Formats: sequence, structure tokens, C-alpha cells
Amino acid sequence: MTNKNNKIQQWQNPLIYLLAFSSGFCIMGIELLGGRILAPFFGSSVHIWGSIITVFMLSLSFGYLAGGKLSTKSASLNRYGLIFIFAGIAILPVAFSSEWLMEAIFLAIEDTRYGSLLASMALFFIPTVILGMISPYSVRLLVTDKNKSGQVAGFLYFVSTLGSALGTIITSFYLVLLFEVNNIITVFSSILILLGLSAMVFNRLNQPTGNHESISRQGATNE
Amino acid sequence: MNKLLIAFLISLLSNVLISAALNTQASAETIHSERSLYRNILVEEKRGLRCLKFNVKSAKTQQSCMLVDDPQRLVFNYTKMLFASLLVNPNPERILIVGLGGGTMSNSLHQIFPDATITNVEIDPAVIKVARSYFGFFENEKVTSVVQDGRIFVKRAVLKQQKYDWIILDAFNGDYIPEHLMTQEFLQETKALLSDNGVLAANTFSISDLYDVESATYKSVFGDFFNVRNKKNSNRIILTSEKPLPQDSVIAERAKALTTILRPFNVNITEISRYMKSTAIQQDWPKDTRLLTDQYSPANLLNLK
Repeated sequence: MTNKNNKIQQWQNPLIYLLAFSSGFCIMGIELLGGRILAPFFGSSVHIWGSIITVFMLSLSFGYLAGGKLSTKSASLNRYGLIFIFAGIAILPVAFSSEWLMEAIFLAIEDTRYGSLLASMALFFIPTVILGMISPYSVRLLVTDKNKSGQVAGFLYFVSTLGSALGTIITSFYLVLLFEVNNIITVFSSILILLGLSAMVFNRLNQPTGNHESISRQGATNE
Repeated sequence: MNKLLIAFLISLLSNVLISAALNTQASAETIHSERSLYRNILVEEKRGLRCLKFNVKSAKTQQSCMLVDDPQRLVFNYTKMLFASLLVNPNPERILIVGLGGGTMSNSLHQIFPDATITNVEIDPAVIKVARSYFGFFENEKVTSVVQDGRIFVKRAVLKQQKYDWIILDAFNGDYIPEHLMTQEFLQETKALLSDNGVLAANTFSISDLYDVESATYKSVFGDFFNVRNKKNSNRIILTSEKPLPQDSVIAERAKALTTILRPFNVNITEISRYMKSTAIQQDWPKDTRLLTDQYSPANLLNLK
């Protein structure tokens, strides 16, 4: 029994890295499509990208803060999966409610700088804050040894930023050539929700040996 | 009779000179260069021909050229071909130009139609400044320019229920296409700005895959349109209107009436009328071509192939 659970257990960290990779991929894919989504209402001037990048950086920074805070109270793979599910749900309005939202902002604000800034806020702030929570939460789940915490964090940033790089290039080079913007967003959303669910299922599979888990982990770090 | 012959010879000679100057780039003198928010802007001059360029290396990117001693003569074939619009609507009173370039089109149109209001929309304020300083672009109570993204201008104009008799889309060049100005939604918005007699002329540089999707998208919004192109150029003018396209006899009649008016601008309207091919007669793209929409608009990627 313990043996079998250990086998499953050893897949936990790769799973977390996979999830962090995917969230990095989705964040930049969505950011890139943001330009496309805003263009019909706010144009494609330089300040459109200014708005989008500002909102993404701002919400990621708040996300890091919130994710770190959240990880201090009974951190678990279950909650980690829930963050992904919430993120996946939060980006759906980008695909399905962006039209009327941008129209309302377009009508209310003449200046495209502030119009695009407000529209970016309305569309991307919440999902990006949630996606930003993933990095610090991942660190919390991965780190078992204080001495290796920097190495673990470094490898996590490597994986998730690599995901961001790939998300950027694949979306801009290929996906926009094949699919509609809303379809790509919907796929990103589905991927996040599915990964979140898989983290929760994985957690359930590990559940019965909750006590063994901490013991076997302890053993692993002492090696 | 002699006078006519001399005029003909002069025009022939200057045409040869213009094409020689356009083709050889070697000894062009750069009289102004700057990097704006959007691009590099260069003004080059050679043997009395002054050109606005948006990119140093590419020969494709001459935006606008002017003969310093004879500014009203139009140099580029595509600018001349835009006048085919007058065969569809001979009396435009409200003109909208999206994409200023050197402003030569605006200047010429003001001379031809002094009572018409001309609105130029240009995203890059630096281009407007250069047009004023080096290409004699002028504004007055009839001619105005607005610094704005074309898409935003059109959307706001629709809200204000403005109408135009002639809309010229000239925001595309060989290097980069603003993708949000290619979509079905944008064309629908533009169509809403056309008056009852309104005519729309788009100067485009599409090749291969983009040619097909662009054509299909225009047809989906406007129905059949005129392709205006001669074989020498990679660009074409898409000419379309709210009303059904005019018959050949009407076009020939209008061309006749316009000949003298347009001659000082080096525009041979009869010749241009022969370049017009309706897509009702010849549709040179596949029927099931995908349309460009705000959801799907990889125009620049499609133009690479």
C-alpha cells in the first residue's frame, strides 16, 4: 500500500511543474490576444500595449502577494487545483462578455488611452490576479528543505517562464492563423480547469495515506 | 494642335524621368529622417522627385512622391487609379481619407473639388508634420486632419451618424497591414458611413493568400466590386459602393466628362477606366475562402506566403 502510494507520490512535483508551465503559457497567450481583443474598439496604437502590459504586471504583482498569503494557511494540492479552476472560469468573460463591455467603455470614454486601460482592467485584472497566485503557491508545495528553497524557486520560475515564452510564440505565430480569438481563449480556459481538476483528483488518490505522506517526505529530504 | 503635341511629349518625357527616378535608388539624397512612435520616416529627393518612405531598406515602401517643381502632378499609379472612384460617384462633397502619406491626394482633391470637405485621418502625428513641411500638405476650412487610429475614427463617426460620399482607405503599405482595418466588422462600419451615392476605394497590397481572404471579405460586405489594377503594380484598388456598380456606358460617359479636369494631375481617366474589372464578371478567388473578422485577422501572416 505504502509502496503504491509512493509511486503516485513521486509524480506530485512533476505535476506541479506541469501546472505552473501551463499557467505561464496561458497568461502570455491571453496577454497577446488582448491586443487583438482591444483593437476594434481602441485601435492598435502603442498605448494599447501600454494598457495591456500595465494591467498584466499590476495584477500579477497582486496575485503574487495574494498567493503567498494564501499559502500560509493549510496549503494543499486540493486548494492549488481550485486556483486553476477559478482562473479558468475567470477568463471565460474575456471570450463571452468582452463585446458589450468594451462597447460601454468606448461610449463612456473618448480618450483611447484611458478607455483601453479601463477595458484591460475589466477584462484581465481578475483572471491574471488568480493566475499570479500560482507561482508562490507552487513554491510552498514544492519546497521541503530550506537549503534547497532557492533552487526550487529558480527551477519553478524557469519552467513557468519557459511556458510564457512558448505561449507567446505559439499563439502569435500559429494559433491566430488557425483559430478564432474566442476559441483560443476557451481552450486556454478548458486547459486550466482540466489541470485544476487533475490536481484535485491526484490529491484524492494520495489522501488515504496522509500520515505516511509526511513521513516519506521527511525521509526523502534527509537523503 | 502643335501645343497638344508638345504637351504630350512633355508628359511622356516626364513619365520616363519619374519611372527612372523611382527605379534607381542609388543617388537619392536624404533630406529628412526621423523615428516616430510607429516607424522610421524618411524623405528622399532625387532629380526633383521627392519621396516619403517608411523603411530604409525596402524599395516597396515609398508612400508618396511629389515633383518639387510640379507638385500637383500625381506620380504614383495607385494614386491615379484611386480616381476611378469618380466614375462611380462623379461629385463627392464629403471626402474621408484614412492614411495621409504625403498628403498629395488631399491637396489634389482640394484643387479639383474646392467646395468639398476633406477629412484626413492619420495615426502618426509625425507623418502629418512631415507632409506639411516637405510635401506642401495644407489644411484650411475645408481640409482637416485628425490624429487617430482609423478604426476609432470610423466607429465614432458611425455614432455621430456622419456620411461620406467618397472614402479612401490608404492605410496599407507593402510592409505592414493594420489588421483591424481589414476585417468584416470594420468594413461594415465603413459601409455605414457611405452616403447614398457613396463610393469606397481601398488601396491594398495583398498577395497570394491574403488576396483571396481580402476579396472574399469585401464581397461579403459590399457584394460585387471593381478591381482596379494594371499588371505593372503589386497593389490594386478595390472600388465599391452602396449602389449597384454602374454600367460600362455610364462609366465611359463619365470618363469623357472628367478627362480635361484630371489631365493637369497626370491622370488619364480613360486609360484607368480600362483597368476596372467587376468581380461580377470575373471572380479570381475560391468560393469557400475564409473571411477576415475581428476574431480571425492574421492579415500580415497570410501576406508572408
